[in-house]
Amino acid sequence: MLSNRVFAGLLLFSSSALAVAPPADRAELRALQAAVAASQSAGDNAWMLMCAALVLMMTGPGLALFYCGLVRKKNVLGTMMQSFAMMAVITLLWAVCGYSLVFAPGNPFLGDLRYMFLRGVGGEPNATYAPTIPHQTFMIYQLMFAIITPALITGAFAERVRFRAMVMFSTLWAFFVYFPVAHMVWGTGGFLNAFLGGKYPVFDFAGGTVVHITSGFSALVTAIYIGKRVGYPHEKIVPHNLVLSFIGACLLWVGWFGFNAGSALAASSLATSAFVATHFAAAAGAVSWMAAERLRNGKPSALGAISGAVAGLATVTQGAGFVQPFSAVLIGLVAGGLCYFMVTKAKEKLGYDDSLDVFGVHGIGGLAGCLLTGVFATRVVNSALKLANGQPAPLGWIDGNPAQVLNQLIGAAIGIGLGVVGTLLALKITGLVTPLRMYEREEDSGMDLTLHGEEGYNFET
Amino acid sequence: MVKIEAVIQPSKLDSAREALRNIGIDGLTVSQVRGHGRQKGHKEVYRGREYQVDLLHKLKLEMVAPSSRKDEVIAALVEAVRTGAIGDGKIFVSEVAEAIRIRDDSRGEGAL
Repeated sequence: MLSNRVFAGLLLFSSSALAVAPPADRAELRALQAAVAASQSAGDNAWMLMCAALVLMMTGPGLALFYCGLVRKKNVLGTMMQSFAMMAVITLLWAVCGYSLVFAPGNPFLGDLRYMFLRGVGGEPNATYAPTIPHQTFMIYQLMFAIITPALITGAFAERVRFRAMVMFSTLWAFFVYFPVAHMVWGTGGFLNAFLGGKYPVFDFAGGTVVHITSGFSALVTAIYIGKRVGYPHEKIVPHNLVLSFIGACLLWVGWFGFNAGSALAASSLATSAFVATHFAAAAGAVSWMAAERLRNGKPSALGAISGAVAGLATVTQGAGFVQPFSAVLIGLVAGGLCYFMVTKAKEKLGYDDSLDVFGVHGIGGLAGCLLTGVFATRVVNSALKLANGQPAPLGWIDGNPAQVLNQLIGAAIGIGLGVVGTLLALKITGLVTPLRMYEREEDSGMDLTLHGEEGYNFET
Repeated sequence: MVKIEAVIQPSKLDSAREALRNIGIDGLTVSQVRGHGRQKGHKEVYRGREYQVDLLHKLKLEMVAPSSRKDEVIAALVEAVRTGAIGDGKIFVSEVAEAIRIRDDSRGEGAL
Protein backbone atom coordinates (compact mmCIF):
# COMPACT_ATOMS: atom_id res chain seq x y z
CA MET A 1 0.00 0.00 0.00
CA LEU A 2 2.81 2.38 0.78
CA SER A 3 4.97 3.40 -2.09
CA ASN A 4 8.42 4.79 -2.47
CA ARG A 5 8.45 8.50 -2.66
CA VAL A 6 10.39 9.49 -5.70
CA PHE A 7 10.82 12.96 -4.39
CA ALA A 8 11.98 11.95 -0.94
CA GLY A 9 15.61 12.24 -1.94
CA LEU A 10 15.12 15.63 -3.46
CA LEU A 11 13.31 16.88 -0.39
CA LEU A 12 16.00 15.47 1.83
CA PHE A 13 18.63 17.19 -0.26
CA SER A 14 16.86 20.52 -0.11
CA SER A 15 16.24 20.37 3.63
CA SER A 16 19.92 19.70 4.34
CA ALA A 17 20.74 22.62 2.08
CA LEU A 18 18.25 24.64 4.10
CA ALA A 19 20.46 24.52 7.19
CA VAL A 20 23.29 26.42 5.55
CA ALA A 21 21.38 28.61 3.12
CA PRO A 22 20.99 32.34 3.72
CA PRO A 23 17.41 33.51 4.60
CA ALA A 24 16.49 34.65 1.09
CA ASP A 25 17.49 31.31 -0.46
CA ARG A 26 15.70 29.51 2.34
CA ALA A 27 12.38 31.06 1.38
CA GLU A 28 13.03 30.17 -2.23
CA LEU A 29 13.81 26.57 -1.30
CA ARG A 30 10.64 26.35 0.75
CA ALA A 31 8.65 27.60 -2.21
CA LEU A 32 10.39 25.01 -4.38
CA GLN A 33 9.59 22.23 -1.91
CA ALA A 34 5.97 23.26 -1.84
CA ALA A 35 5.83 23.35 -5.63
CA VAL A 36 7.39 19.87 -5.91
CA ALA A 37 4.98 18.44 -3.35
CA ALA A 38 2.03 20.10 -5.05
CA SER A 39 2.94 18.75 -8.47
CA GLN A 40 3.37 15.25 -7.11
CA SER A 41 0.06 15.50 -5.35
CA ALA A 42 -1.58 16.72 -8.55
CA GLY A 43 -0.18 13.75 -10.49
CA ASP A 44 -1.14 11.19 -7.87
CA ASN A 45 -4.57 12.67 -7.39
CA ALA A 46 -5.33 12.70 -11.12
CA TRP A 47 -4.35 9.04 -11.35
CA MET A 48 -6.28 7.98 -8.26
CA LEU A 49 -9.49 9.73 -9.30
CA MET A 50 -9.23 7.96 -12.66
CA CYS A 51 -8.69 4.67 -10.86
CA ALA A 52 -11.73 5.25 -8.66
CA ALA A 53 -13.81 5.77 -11.79
CA LEU A 54 -12.32 2.63 -13.38
CA VAL A 55 -13.20 0.50 -10.36
CA LEU A 56 -16.77 1.83 -10.38
CA MET A 57 -16.92 0.93 -14.07
CA MET A 58 -16.12 -2.66 -13.11
CA THR A 59 -19.46 -2.93 -11.30
CA GLY A 60 -21.49 -0.82 -13.68
CA PRO A 61 -21.55 -1.69 -16.46
CA GLY A 62 -18.74 -4.30 -16.31
CA LEU A 63 -20.05 -6.86 -13.83
CA ALA A 64 -23.68 -6.01 -14.60
CA LEU A 65 -23.11 -6.88 -18.28
CA PHE A 66 -20.99 -9.92 -17.52
CA TYR A 67 -23.68 -11.35 -15.27
CA CYS A 68 -26.78 -10.31 -17.19
CA GLY A 69 -25.57 -12.03 -20.35
CA LEU A 70 -25.18 -15.28 -18.43
CA VAL A 71 -28.78 -15.45 -17.22
CA ARG A 72 -31.98 -16.09 -19.16
CA LYS A 73 -33.52 -13.10 -20.91
CA LYS A 74 -36.44 -12.86 -18.50
CA ASN A 75 -33.94 -11.96 -15.75
CA VAL A 76 -31.68 -9.55 -17.62
CA LEU A 77 -32.81 -6.36 -15.89
CA GLY A 78 -33.18 -7.92 -12.45
CA THR A 79 -29.60 -9.15 -12.66
CA MET A 80 -28.24 -5.79 -13.77
CA MET A 81 -30.23 -4.07 -11.04
CA GLN A 82 -28.50 -6.15 -8.38
CA SER A 83 -25.14 -4.67 -9.32
CA PHE A 84 -26.56 -1.20 -9.82
CA ALA A 85 -28.33 -1.26 -6.47
CA MET A 86 -24.96 -1.87 -4.81
CA MET A 87 -23.60 1.27 -6.47
CA ALA A 88 -26.34 3.24 -4.77
CA VAL A 89 -26.85 1.49 -1.43
CA ILE A 90 -23.26 0.78 -0.46
CA THR A 91 -22.31 4.34 -1.35
CA LEU A 92 -24.73 5.69 1.22
CA LEU A 93 -23.61 3.17 3.84
CA TRP A 94 -20.03 4.14 3.16
CA ALA A 95 -20.74 7.82 3.69
CA VAL A 96 -22.66 7.26 6.90
CA CYS A 97 -20.29 4.90 8.68
CA GLY A 98 -18.75 2.27 6.36
CA TYR A 99 -15.62 4.23 5.61
CA SER A 100 -15.06 4.93 9.27
CA LEU A 101 -15.58 1.31 10.32
CA VAL A 102 -12.93 0.20 7.83
CA PHE A 103 -10.28 2.90 7.90
CA ALA A 104 -10.59 4.75 11.19
CA PRO A 105 -8.24 3.59 13.94
CA GLY A 106 -10.12 1.41 16.37
CA ASN A 107 -9.53 -2.09 17.60
CA PRO A 108 -7.79 -4.78 15.52
CA PHE A 109 -11.14 -5.93 14.11
CA LEU A 110 -13.10 -2.77 13.34
CA GLY A 111 -12.51 0.93 13.07
CA ASP A 112 -14.20 3.43 15.34
CA LEU A 113 -16.72 6.06 14.29
CA ARG A 114 -14.51 9.13 14.12
CA TYR A 115 -15.11 9.48 10.36
CA MET A 116 -18.87 8.98 10.68
CA PHE A 117 -20.71 11.11 8.09
CA LEU A 118 -17.23 11.66 6.61
CA ARG A 119 -16.34 14.08 9.37
CA GLY A 120 -12.80 15.30 8.82
CA VAL A 121 -12.44 13.49 5.50
CA GLY A 122 -11.51 16.37 3.25
CA GLY A 123 -8.74 17.75 1.10
CA GLU A 124 -5.92 17.16 3.56
CA PRO A 125 -4.17 13.82 2.96
CA ASN A 126 -4.47 11.03 5.50
CA ALA A 127 -0.75 10.38 5.95
CA THR A 128 -1.33 6.92 7.40
CA TYR A 129 -2.64 5.56 4.12
CA ALA A 130 -1.81 7.88 1.26
CA PRO A 131 0.26 10.96 2.05
CA THR A 132 0.08 12.57 -1.39
CA ILE A 133 -3.63 12.50 -2.23
CA PRO A 134 -6.62 14.15 -0.55
CA HIS A 135 -8.19 12.02 2.16
CA GLN A 136 -11.42 12.28 0.23
CA THR A 137 -9.81 10.74 -2.87
CA PHE A 138 -8.67 7.77 -0.78
CA MET A 139 -12.17 7.48 0.69
CA ILE A 140 -13.98 7.49 -2.66
CA TYR A 141 -11.45 5.09 -4.20
CA GLN A 142 -11.90 2.55 -1.40
CA LEU A 143 -15.69 2.88 -1.67
CA MET A 144 -15.60 1.33 -5.14
CA PHE A 145 -14.14 -1.89 -3.65
CA ALA A 146 -16.93 -2.05 -1.09
CA ILE A 147 -19.45 -1.74 -3.94
CA ILE A 148 -18.18 -4.52 -6.16
CA THR A 149 -17.70 -7.10 -3.41
CA PRO A 150 -21.38 -7.70 -2.53
CA ALA A 151 -22.24 -7.21 -6.22
CA LEU A 152 -20.01 -10.21 -7.01
CA ILE A 153 -21.98 -12.39 -4.58
CA THR A 154 -25.25 -11.79 -6.42
CA GLY A 155 -24.06 -14.09 -9.22
CA ALA A 156 -24.32 -17.10 -6.92
CA PHE A 157 -28.03 -16.65 -6.23
CA ALA A 158 -28.92 -15.25 -9.66
CA GLU A 159 -32.40 -15.59 -11.10
CA ARG A 160 -34.29 -16.45 -7.89
CA VAL A 161 -33.91 -13.88 -5.06
CA ARG A 162 -36.24 -10.97 -4.33
CA PHE A 163 -34.90 -7.48 -4.77
CA ARG A 164 -35.74 -6.28 -1.29
CA ALA A 165 -34.13 -9.34 0.27
CA MET A 166 -31.02 -8.86 -1.86
CA VAL A 167 -30.63 -5.23 -0.75
CA MET A 168 -31.14 -6.11 2.90
CA PHE A 169 -28.81 -9.10 2.77
CA SER A 170 -26.07 -7.06 1.09
CA THR A 171 -26.39 -4.28 3.64
CA LEU A 172 -26.07 -6.68 6.56
CA TRP A 173 -23.26 -8.52 4.78
CA ALA A 174 -21.29 -5.29 4.44
CA PHE A 175 -21.43 -4.83 8.22
CA PHE A 176 -20.85 -8.46 9.17
CA VAL A 177 -18.15 -9.35 6.65
CA TYR A 178 -16.75 -6.61 4.45
CA PHE A 179 -16.16 -3.83 6.96
CA PRO A 180 -14.41 -6.05 9.54
CA VAL A 181 -12.27 -7.99 7.04
CA ALA A 182 -11.27 -4.82 5.19
CA HIS A 183 -10.33 -3.19 8.48
CA MET A 184 -8.32 -6.19 9.59
CA VAL A 185 -6.33 -6.32 6.36
CA TRP A 186 -6.07 -2.65 5.38
CA GLY A 187 -7.11 -0.52 8.36
CA THR A 188 -4.47 0.93 10.62
CA GLY A 189 -3.84 -1.41 13.54
CA GLY A 190 -5.86 -4.13 11.77
CA PHE A 191 -5.29 -7.68 12.97
CA LEU A 192 -3.86 -8.81 9.61
CA ASN A 193 -2.33 -5.54 8.39
CA ALA A 194 1.23 -6.24 7.23
CA PHE A 195 2.28 -2.59 7.15
CA LEU A 196 0.33 -0.86 9.90
CA GLY A 197 0.77 -2.90 13.04
CA GLY A 198 -1.05 -6.18 12.40
CA LYS A 199 -0.49 -9.32 14.46
CA TYR A 200 -0.39 -11.62 11.45
CA PRO A 201 1.03 -9.77 8.45
CA VAL A 202 -1.00 -10.68 5.37
CA PHE A 203 0.00 -9.29 1.99
CA ASP A 204 -3.18 -8.30 0.22
CA PHE A 205 -2.36 -5.64 -2.31
CA ALA A 206 -5.74 -5.04 -3.89
CA GLY A 207 -8.23 -7.29 -2.16
CA GLY A 208 -7.65 -10.96 -2.93
CA THR A 209 -8.76 -11.74 0.60
CA VAL A 210 -10.87 -8.66 1.30
CA VAL A 211 -12.84 -8.86 -1.95
CA HIS A 212 -12.49 -12.23 -3.65
CA ILE A 213 -12.18 -14.73 -0.80
CA THR A 214 -14.95 -13.06 1.20
CA SER A 215 -17.32 -12.72 -1.75
CA GLY A 216 -16.49 -16.15 -3.18
CA PHE A 217 -17.03 -18.15 -0.01
CA SER A 218 -20.04 -16.07 1.01
CA ALA A 219 -21.43 -16.77 -2.45
CA LEU A 220 -21.15 -20.52 -1.90
CA VAL A 221 -23.05 -20.19 1.36
CA THR A 222 -25.85 -18.20 -0.28
CA ALA A 223 -26.15 -20.68 -3.17
CA ILE A 224 -26.53 -23.62 -0.77
CA TYR A 225 -28.76 -21.79 1.73
CA ILE A 226 -31.14 -20.33 -0.84
CA GLY A 227 -31.25 -23.47 -2.96
CA LYS A 228 -31.22 -24.28 -6.65
CA ARG A 229 -33.13 -22.52 -9.36
CA VAL A 230 -36.36 -24.22 -10.42
CA GLY A 231 -35.44 -26.73 -13.08
CA TYR A 232 -31.73 -26.86 -12.26
CA PRO A 233 -29.87 -28.95 -13.39
CA HIS A 234 -32.06 -31.00 -15.75
CA GLU A 235 -33.67 -28.13 -17.65
CA LYS A 236 -31.78 -26.17 -20.22
CA ILE A 237 -30.63 -23.01 -18.46
CA VAL A 238 -28.12 -21.27 -20.71
CA PRO A 239 -26.68 -17.76 -21.14
CA HIS A 240 -29.09 -15.63 -23.16
CA ASN A 241 -26.52 -13.25 -24.60
CA LEU A 242 -22.81 -14.01 -24.40
CA VAL A 243 -22.07 -10.86 -26.38
CA LEU A 244 -23.11 -8.81 -23.34
CA SER A 245 -20.97 -11.02 -21.11
CA PHE A 246 -18.06 -10.58 -23.48
CA ILE A 247 -18.28 -6.78 -23.35
CA GLY A 248 -18.68 -6.96 -19.58
CA ALA A 249 -15.60 -9.12 -19.18
CA CYS A 250 -13.51 -6.75 -21.30
CA LEU A 251 -14.69 -3.81 -19.18
CA LEU A 252 -13.75 -5.80 -16.08
CA TRP A 253 -10.27 -6.43 -17.48
CA VAL A 254 -9.71 -2.72 -18.13
CA GLY A 255 -11.32 -1.66 -14.87
CA TRP A 256 -9.05 -4.07 -13.03
CA PHE A 257 -6.10 -1.81 -13.83
CA GLY A 258 -7.75 0.78 -11.61
CA PHE A 259 -8.41 -1.88 -9.00
CA ASN A 260 -4.90 -3.33 -8.82
CA ALA A 261 -2.55 -0.63 -10.11
CA GLY A 262 -4.55 2.00 -8.26
CA SER A 263 -3.93 0.13 -5.03
CA ALA A 264 -0.43 1.59 -5.11
CA LEU A 265 -2.31 4.77 -4.09
CA ALA A 266 0.09 6.85 -6.18
CA ALA A 267 1.17 7.18 -9.80
CA SER A 268 4.32 5.31 -8.89
CA SER A 269 6.52 2.59 -10.36
CA LEU A 270 4.73 0.21 -8.01
CA ALA A 271 1.50 1.07 -9.83
CA THR A 272 3.20 0.16 -13.10
CA SER A 273 4.38 -3.13 -11.66
CA ALA A 274 0.88 -3.99 -10.45
CA PHE A 275 -0.57 -2.97 -13.82
CA VAL A 276 1.81 -5.31 -15.64
CA ALA A 277 1.20 -8.23 -13.27
CA THR A 278 -2.56 -7.75 -13.62
CA HIS A 279 -2.46 -7.78 -17.39
CA PHE A 280 -0.17 -10.79 -17.63
CA ALA A 281 -2.26 -12.86 -15.23
CA ALA A 282 -5.45 -12.07 -17.15
CA ALA A 283 -3.85 -13.17 -20.41
CA ALA A 284 -2.43 -16.35 -18.88
CA GLY A 285 -5.78 -17.17 -17.27
CA ALA A 286 -7.56 -16.86 -20.62
CA VAL A 287 -4.99 -19.07 -22.33
CA SER A 288 -5.03 -21.82 -19.72
CA TRP A 289 -8.84 -21.98 -19.49
CA MET A 290 -9.08 -22.20 -23.29
CA ALA A 291 -6.41 -24.89 -23.33
CA ALA A 292 -8.28 -26.89 -20.69
CA GLU A 293 -11.48 -26.64 -22.72
CA ARG A 294 -9.71 -27.60 -25.90
CA LEU A 295 -8.38 -30.71 -24.18
CA ARG A 296 -11.69 -31.74 -22.62
CA ASN A 297 -14.31 -30.69 -25.19
CA GLY A 298 -12.27 -30.16 -28.30
CA LYS A 299 -13.40 -26.52 -28.55
CA PRO A 300 -12.16 -23.41 -26.80
CA SER A 301 -15.25 -21.26 -26.15
CA ALA A 302 -15.76 -17.51 -25.89
CA LEU A 303 -17.34 -17.95 -22.46
CA GLY A 304 -14.32 -20.02 -21.43
CA ALA A 305 -11.84 -17.41 -22.64
CA ILE A 306 -13.49 -14.57 -20.74
CA SER A 307 -14.03 -16.72 -17.65
CA GLY A 308 -10.33 -17.57 -17.68
CA ALA A 309 -9.36 -13.92 -17.92
CA VAL A 310 -11.59 -13.04 -14.96
CA ALA A 311 -10.14 -15.98 -13.01
CA GLY A 312 -6.62 -14.76 -13.74
CA LEU A 313 -7.56 -11.24 -12.64
CA ALA A 314 -9.22 -12.38 -9.42
CA THR A 315 -6.28 -14.62 -8.59
CA VAL A 316 -3.56 -12.02 -9.16
CA THR A 317 -5.38 -9.32 -7.19
CA GLN A 318 -3.82 -10.25 -3.88
CA GLY A 319 -0.26 -10.30 -5.16
CA ALA A 320 -0.45 -7.65 -7.90
CA GLY A 321 1.85 -5.22 -6.11
CA PHE A 322 4.18 -7.87 -4.74
CA VAL A 323 5.07 -10.18 -7.63
CA GLN A 324 7.20 -10.00 -10.75
CA PRO A 325 5.69 -10.30 -14.23
CA PHE A 326 6.49 -13.96 -14.73
CA SER A 327 5.17 -14.90 -11.33
CA ALA A 328 1.96 -13.23 -12.47
CA VAL A 329 1.96 -15.37 -15.62
CA LEU A 330 2.29 -18.47 -13.47
CA ILE A 331 -0.48 -17.28 -11.16
CA GLY A 332 -2.71 -16.72 -14.18
CA LEU A 333 -1.95 -20.15 -15.64
CA VAL A 334 -2.81 -21.83 -12.34
CA ALA A 335 -5.98 -19.72 -12.05
CA GLY A 336 -7.36 -20.69 -15.46
CA GLY A 337 -6.87 -24.42 -15.00
CA LEU A 338 -7.92 -24.57 -11.37
CA CYS A 339 -11.05 -22.47 -11.76
CA TYR A 340 -12.00 -24.40 -14.91
CA PHE A 341 -11.84 -27.59 -12.88
CA MET A 342 -13.91 -26.07 -10.07
CA VAL A 343 -16.77 -24.77 -12.21
CA THR A 344 -16.98 -27.77 -14.52
CA LYS A 345 -16.09 -30.84 -12.49
CA ALA A 346 -16.26 -29.97 -8.79
CA LYS A 347 -19.53 -28.04 -9.01
CA GLU A 348 -21.23 -30.88 -10.81
CA LYS A 349 -19.98 -33.43 -8.28
CA LEU A 350 -21.05 -31.37 -5.27
CA GLY A 351 -24.40 -30.41 -6.76
CA TYR A 352 -24.85 -26.80 -5.56
CA ASP A 353 -26.24 -24.17 -7.92
CA ASP A 354 -23.66 -21.38 -7.74
CA SER A 355 -25.35 -20.03 -10.83
CA LEU A 356 -22.68 -17.77 -12.28
CA ASP A 357 -19.71 -19.49 -10.61
CA VAL A 358 -18.76 -16.86 -8.07
CA PHE A 359 -17.28 -19.47 -5.74
CA GLY A 360 -15.46 -21.38 -8.46
CA VAL A 361 -13.84 -18.26 -9.90
CA HIS A 362 -13.56 -15.69 -7.10
CA GLY A 363 -13.51 -17.95 -4.05
CA ILE A 364 -11.09 -20.55 -5.34
CA GLY A 365 -9.13 -18.05 -7.45
CA GLY A 366 -8.91 -15.69 -4.49
CA LEU A 367 -7.74 -18.46 -2.17
CA ALA A 368 -5.12 -19.68 -4.63
CA GLY A 369 -3.97 -16.12 -5.18
CA CYS A 370 -3.68 -15.53 -1.44
CA LEU A 371 -1.39 -18.53 -0.98
CA LEU A 372 0.59 -17.90 -4.17
CA THR A 373 1.25 -14.36 -2.97
CA GLY A 374 2.94 -15.92 0.05
CA VAL A 375 5.14 -17.82 -2.37
CA PHE A 376 5.93 -15.19 -4.99
CA ALA A 377 5.89 -11.87 -3.09
CA THR A 378 9.31 -10.26 -3.34
CA ARG A 379 11.06 -7.17 -2.06
CA VAL A 380 12.40 -6.62 -5.57
CA VAL A 381 8.91 -5.39 -6.42
CA ASN A 382 7.71 -3.98 -3.11
CA SER A 383 10.17 -2.59 -0.60
CA ALA A 384 7.67 -0.86 1.67
CA LEU A 385 8.23 -3.34 4.49
CA LYS A 386 11.56 -2.60 6.22
CA LEU A 387 13.84 -4.58 8.51
CA ALA A 388 15.18 -2.96 11.70
CA ASN A 389 18.32 -1.91 9.78
CA GLY A 390 16.27 -0.09 7.16
CA GLN A 391 16.77 -2.69 4.43
CA PRO A 392 13.67 -4.02 2.59
CA ALA A 393 12.31 -7.06 4.42
CA PRO A 394 12.05 -10.41 2.62
CA LEU A 395 8.42 -10.98 1.70
CA GLY A 396 7.46 -14.37 0.28
CA TRP A 397 8.92 -17.84 -0.01
CA ILE A 398 11.09 -16.88 -2.99
CA ASP A 399 12.61 -14.15 -0.81
CA GLY A 400 13.49 -16.85 1.76
CA ASN A 401 10.47 -16.31 3.97
CA PRO A 402 8.40 -19.51 3.64
CA ALA A 403 6.53 -18.67 6.86
CA GLN A 404 4.64 -16.02 4.90
CA VAL A 405 2.56 -18.77 3.26
CA LEU A 406 1.29 -19.62 6.72
CA ASN A 407 0.42 -15.98 7.41
CA GLN A 408 -1.49 -15.86 4.14
CA LEU A 409 -3.31 -19.04 5.15
CA ILE A 410 -4.32 -17.48 8.47
CA GLY A 411 -5.63 -14.42 6.63
CA ALA A 412 -7.57 -16.58 4.20
CA ALA A 413 -9.00 -18.70 7.02
CA ILE A 414 -10.22 -15.59 8.84
CA GLY A 415 -11.74 -14.23 5.62
CA ILE A 416 -13.46 -17.56 4.94
CA GLY A 417 -14.61 -18.04 8.53
CA LEU A 418 -16.07 -14.57 8.87
CA GLY A 419 -17.53 -14.84 5.37
CA VAL A 420 -19.37 -18.07 6.17
CA VAL A 421 -20.62 -17.02 9.60
CA GLY A 422 -21.51 -13.46 8.59
CA THR A 423 -23.34 -14.67 5.49
CA LEU A 424 -25.40 -17.22 7.43
CA LEU A 425 -26.31 -14.58 9.96
CA ALA A 426 -27.22 -12.03 7.29
CA LEU A 427 -29.36 -14.59 5.42
CA LYS A 428 -31.10 -15.68 8.62
CA ILE A 429 -31.97 -12.13 9.67
CA THR A 430 -33.08 -11.15 6.17
CA GLY A 431 -35.26 -14.26 5.95
CA LEU A 432 -37.01 -13.32 9.18
CA VAL A 433 -37.92 -9.90 7.83
CA THR A 434 -38.78 -10.63 4.21
CA PRO A 435 -38.95 -13.74 1.97
CA LEU A 436 -35.62 -14.44 0.30
CA ARG A 437 -36.89 -16.29 -2.75
CA MET A 438 -39.48 -15.63 -5.39
CA TYR A 439 -42.38 -18.07 -5.58
CA GLU A 440 -42.00 -20.76 -8.22
CA ARG A 441 -44.59 -19.12 -10.46
CA GLU A 442 -42.77 -15.79 -10.19
CA GLU A 443 -39.46 -17.43 -10.94
CA ASP A 444 -41.05 -18.86 -14.08
CA SER A 445 -42.14 -15.45 -15.31
CA GLY A 446 -38.78 -13.96 -14.36
CA MET A 447 -37.32 -11.25 -12.17
CA ASP A 448 -37.90 -8.45 -14.67
CA LEU A 449 -41.67 -8.77 -14.69
CA THR A 450 -42.12 -9.99 -11.13
CA LEU A 451 -39.77 -7.68 -9.26
CA HIS A 452 -39.46 -4.65 -11.49
CA GLY A 453 -42.58 -4.62 -13.68
CA GLU A 454 -40.73 -4.28 -16.95
CA GLU A 455 -38.92 -6.29 -19.58
CA GLY A 456 -35.42 -5.95 -20.97
CA TYR A 457 -36.26 -6.64 -24.57
CA ASN A 458 -39.35 -5.28 -26.29
CA PHE A 459 -38.35 -5.87 -29.87
CA GLU A 460 -41.92 -5.82 -31.20
CA THR A 461 -42.47 -2.20 -30.26
CA MET B 1 -54.64 -22.06 -55.77
CA VAL B 2 -52.11 -23.88 -53.64
CA LYS B 3 -50.13 -22.82 -50.63
CA ILE B 4 -46.56 -23.97 -50.66
CA GLU B 5 -44.78 -24.07 -47.32
CA ALA B 6 -41.06 -24.74 -47.35
CA VAL B 7 -39.02 -25.27 -44.18
CA ILE B 8 -35.42 -24.61 -45.17
CA GLN B 9 -31.94 -23.94 -43.82
CA PRO B 10 -31.62 -20.23 -42.87
CA SER B 11 -28.55 -19.81 -45.07
CA LYS B 12 -30.57 -20.76 -48.16
CA LEU B 13 -33.01 -17.85 -48.01
CA ASP B 14 -31.32 -15.73 -50.62
CA SER B 15 -31.02 -18.46 -53.21
CA ALA B 16 -34.66 -19.46 -52.64
CA ARG B 17 -35.83 -15.87 -53.13
CA GLU B 18 -33.78 -15.47 -56.24
CA ALA B 19 -35.19 -18.69 -57.72
CA LEU B 20 -38.75 -17.56 -56.98
CA ARG B 21 -38.15 -14.12 -58.42
CA ASN B 22 -36.77 -15.69 -61.60
CA ILE B 23 -40.01 -17.58 -62.20
CA GLY B 24 -42.18 -14.60 -61.31
CA ILE B 25 -43.43 -15.54 -57.85
CA ASP B 26 -43.60 -12.18 -56.08
CA GLY B 27 -45.52 -12.78 -52.88
CA LEU B 28 -43.64 -14.42 -50.05
CA THR B 29 -43.88 -14.64 -46.24
CA VAL B 30 -40.81 -15.69 -44.24
CA SER B 31 -40.77 -16.61 -40.58
CA GLN B 32 -38.12 -17.82 -38.17
CA VAL B 33 -39.11 -21.20 -36.79
CA ARG B 34 -37.52 -23.96 -34.77
CA GLY B 35 -38.01 -27.64 -35.23
CA HIS B 36 -36.52 -30.95 -36.16
CA GLY B 37 -37.09 -33.75 -38.54
CA ARG B 38 -35.26 -37.01 -38.41
CA GLN B 39 -31.81 -35.50 -38.03
CA LYS B 40 -30.27 -35.17 -34.58
CA GLY B 41 -29.65 -31.73 -33.04
CA HIS B 42 -26.32 -30.50 -31.82
CA LYS B 43 -24.43 -30.16 -28.54
CA GLU B 44 -23.70 -26.87 -26.76
CA VAL B 45 -21.31 -26.55 -23.81
CA TYR B 46 -21.45 -23.69 -21.29
CA ARG B 47 -18.81 -23.81 -18.56
CA GLY B 48 -18.51 -27.55 -18.91
CA ARG B 49 -22.24 -28.23 -18.80
CA GLU B 50 -23.47 -29.94 -21.95
CA TYR B 51 -26.85 -29.32 -23.49
CA GLN B 52 -28.37 -31.29 -26.33
CA VAL B 53 -30.16 -28.85 -28.61
CA ASP B 54 -32.87 -30.71 -30.57
CA LEU B 55 -34.90 -27.80 -31.90
CA LEU B 56 -32.86 -26.21 -34.63
CA HIS B 57 -33.32 -22.82 -36.24
CA LYS B 58 -35.02 -22.97 -39.62
CA LEU B 59 -36.86 -20.57 -41.88
CA LYS B 60 -40.38 -21.18 -43.11
CA LEU B 61 -41.29 -19.75 -46.50
CA GLU B 62 -44.95 -19.50 -47.39
CA MET B 63 -46.32 -18.55 -50.77
CA VAL B 64 -49.59 -19.03 -52.62
CA ALA B 65 -49.49 -19.80 -56.34
CA PRO B 66 -51.97 -20.73 -59.09
CA SER B 67 -52.49 -24.50 -59.03
CA SER B 68 -51.16 -24.73 -62.57
CA ARG B 69 -47.73 -23.48 -61.45
CA LYS B 70 -47.36 -25.84 -58.47
CA ASP B 71 -44.76 -28.18 -59.96
CA GLU B 72 -42.74 -25.35 -61.46
CA VAL B 73 -42.49 -23.55 -58.12
CA ILE B 74 -41.57 -26.72 -56.24
CA ALA B 75 -38.88 -27.60 -58.75
CA ALA B 76 -37.36 -24.12 -58.53
CA LEU B 77 -37.37 -24.21 -54.74
CA VAL B 78 -35.88 -27.67 -54.45
CA GLU B 79 -33.11 -26.82 -56.84
CA ALA B 80 -32.32 -23.61 -54.99
CA VAL B 81 -32.09 -24.93 -51.45
CA ARG B 82 -30.91 -28.52 -51.80
CA THR B 83 -27.43 -29.37 -50.53
CA GLY B 84 -27.97 -33.13 -50.35
CA ALA B 85 -27.21 -33.21 -46.63
CA ILE B 86 -29.49 -34.20 -43.76
CA GLY B 87 -31.45 -31.15 -42.58
CA ASP B 88 -32.18 -29.59 -45.97
CA GLY B 89 -35.85 -29.31 -44.96
CA LYS B 90 -39.35 -30.12 -46.24
CA ILE B 91 -41.97 -28.71 -48.58
CA PHE B 92 -45.72 -29.05 -47.93
CA VAL B 93 -48.46 -28.21 -50.39
CA SER B 94 -52.12 -27.57 -49.58
CA GLU B 95 -55.24 -26.28 -51.31
CA VAL B 96 -56.24 -22.69 -50.68
CA ALA B 97 -59.97 -21.86 -50.78
CA GLU B 98 -59.76 -18.14 -51.36
CA ALA B 99 -57.35 -15.22 -51.62
CA ILE B 100 -58.33 -11.62 -51.00
CA ARG B 101 -56.30 -8.50 -51.65
CA ILE B 102 -57.19 -6.20 -48.79
CA ARG B 103 -56.55 -2.95 -50.64
CA ASP B 104 -59.19 -3.40 -53.36
CA ASP B 105 -61.06 -6.54 -52.28
CA SER B 106 -60.06 -8.40 -55.50
CA ARG B 107 -60.44 -12.17 -55.24
CA GLY B 108 -58.87 -15.41 -56.48
CA GLU B 109 -55.68 -15.72 -58.50
CA GLY B 110 -55.89 -12.09 -59.45
CA ALA B 111 -55.31 -11.16 -55.85
CA LEU B 112 -51.97 -12.98 -55.62
